[in-house]
Amino acid sequence: MSVELRSKDEIRAEKRKNRTGIYLISPGLLVLTLFFALPVVVLLAMSLYVKPPGAEIGEFVPGFELSNYATVLSAYWPELLRSFWFALIATVLALLIGFPMAYLVAVRLRERTLLQGILLVLLIAPFFSSFILRTQAWKQILADEGFIAQSLKFIAILPPDGHLTATPFAVVAGLTYNFLPFMVLPIYANLGRLDTRLLEASADLYASPITSFTKVTLPMSAPGIFAGTLLTFIPAAGDYVNSALLGNNRDTTMIGQVIDSRFFRVIDYPGASALSFILMISILILVTIYIRRFGTKELM
Amino acid sequence: MTTLAERTTSTVSAGADLHLSGISKRFASFSAVEDLELLVPSGTFFALLGPSGCGKSTTLRMIAGLEAPSEGSISIGGQDVTALPSHRRPVNTVFQSYALFPHMSVLENVAFGLKRKKDKQAMDKAKAGLELVELSHLANRKPAQLSGGQQQRVALARALVNRPQVLLLDEPLGALDMKLRRQMQLELKKIQTEVGLTFIHVTHDQEEAMTMADVVAVMNGGRIEQMGPPRELYELPRTAFVANFLGKSNLMRGTVTGESEGMLSVNVASHTILLPVSRAVQTSGEVVLGVRPEKITIDRVAVAGDNQLSGTVIDVSFTGTTTEYLVEVEQVGPIGTFSQNRGQQPAQEGDTVFLAWDAEHSFGLAGDESVNAGVES
Repeated sequence: MSVELRSKDEIRAEKRKNRTGIYLISPGLLVLTLFFALPVVVLLAMSLYVKPPGAEIGEFVPGFELSNYATVLSAYWPELLRSFWFALIATVLALLIGFPMAYLVAVRLRERTLLQGILLVLLIAPFFSSFILRTQAWKQILADEGFIAQSLKFIAILPPDGHLTATPFAVVAGLTYNFLPFMVLPIYANLGRLDTRLLEASADLYASPITSFTKVTLPMSAPGIFAGTLLTFIPAAGDYVNSALLGNNRDTTMIGQVIDSRFFRVIDYPGASALSFILMISILILVTIYIRRFGTKELM
Repeated sequence: MTTLAERTTSTVSAGADLHLSGISKRFASFSAVEDLELLVPSGTFFALLGPSGCGKSTTLRMIAGLEAPSEGSISIGGQDVTALPSHRRPVNTVFQSYALFPHMSVLENVAFGLKRKKDKQAMDKAKAGLELVELSHLANRKPAQLSGGQQQRVALARALVNRPQVLLLDEPLGALDMKLRRQMQLELKKIQTEVGLTFIHVTHDQEEAMTMADVVAVMNGGRIEQMGPPRELYELPRTAFVANFLGKSNLMRGTVTGESEGMLSVNVASHTILLPVSRAVQTSGEVVLGVRPEKITIDRVAVAGDNQLSGTVIDVSFTGTTTEYLVEVEQVGPIGTFSQNRGQQPAQEGDTVFLAWDAEHSFGLAGDESVNAGVES
């Protein structure tokens, strides 16, 4: 065997290939460096700033004040926990509501492309109007004189003097509604590829419709459910619009709201930065645990 | 391959009779199956043969419960299953696409049906099933990691381990190459003989149907054209479709001119051709007369035989063991025949030749039949 010698042309071609890769990645890399990596570093530095004695409001100097973290954590751990709790409930609800929707559109209506298209558009339609506006609209939907509150009072689920607005229920409902498309779309994309012949095979092999669902449909759609739950839970945990607009500042405050008020109302930059970091790290830890538990399983 | 009987002597449950009565299936725009009447005795290897779109797959899907008949009833072993959903029927299917569960291992796939039936020995039986198809070493693989032939065997094992009263095979060999196909045909036949189950095999491959099945039903346009043992169907087709779809036939139009000693005289383009009355669908007037190519002898000099025609060779093709001839007979059309390659070649293109066959090899069809029905393009 002779030693393989590469010609100059081949070397040049390889170099060109490498360069193409660099060109392709550079815009994204630039954007991420400028608008993500750098701000994160700034945020990290800011979270360690100190307030010098006798400083004015909003005046901080660089430092290494690790106790900022302990201070905000001891003050706001209930809001942090509540954020994850609300996000979890909203994710589960979105899954329970979203899965049948995705199943209907992707599997049941597979032959009826027109209806399927209309329903898909309806699903995405909310994105064409403002997030804030839609959340505001939920105030009307849940208002005391609204249909839902009245009906619930009529069947005595809600006491006569009860409210739906400014309750944890309203916040979770808002979160569920606002993030529902993020749950439905990945599941839809996944179920769209579900081979229904497998369901026939399963029925042929004595599986009842329910068993076919739990043994075939559900495991096969696991990647979609996995993506959907992540896309719902992560933004829901950091959300502050729903708790600000639909909440009551007592038992509905979420961590995003706290960070917002630390930054812009109390002007406590280090505290707000530290909370942002804590939120980011806790989401990372939770998601890592989730991925370890469900994500690495060989699905196909 | 070790025999299944060796391993599962105690559990062999023979198949059951399958009875379809008055089955029709109409879809929005067309009728797939029309008034089908079928009785498949227990333990039979039964083939439903026909071109694509003839309704054979729809029939199979109705037996499996994946499709509900518009009319009629289906019973298995005397029990009416027409209203039973698929998962309650004592039937299993080997699908054309195999339909193996991609998220399960090969072993889990095979054990699926047994587990649904809460069989306590599900895993052991599944392992035995895999052994039967010689795939034990791949038990923990995922279906995607298997070749087409291996997947086919898994699909077969997955259906067989359940010991259904009726096993349905929906063109299960369609995706395999020729060599593997022949091998699997033999194995399927062997397995069926061993386990004694009723097999319903849907195929468009007439050779496959004839080599494997005890009884073949030829389907066309949602109806059964003819049903019987392969040899009977081949030797005595009763419709032009069967004559052309199952093997090849030479069909010619003629008129019955007389009858004597059980033989009809048929005038085919001024030639008198003899046809046994017992082999004719219709015994007077215009008829279609047929003869299989291999029944005809060809030579450059006149040869012995009750029925004689002569013509010009228009095509010669050498196929190895035989040479095929196409002979243009005036006013009759091209007649196909072949001769074994035993040395001399009886004729060449352009030669005038004589064709002859024994009267008892003629068969007679109804005069209103199209001579091209069922000819594979």
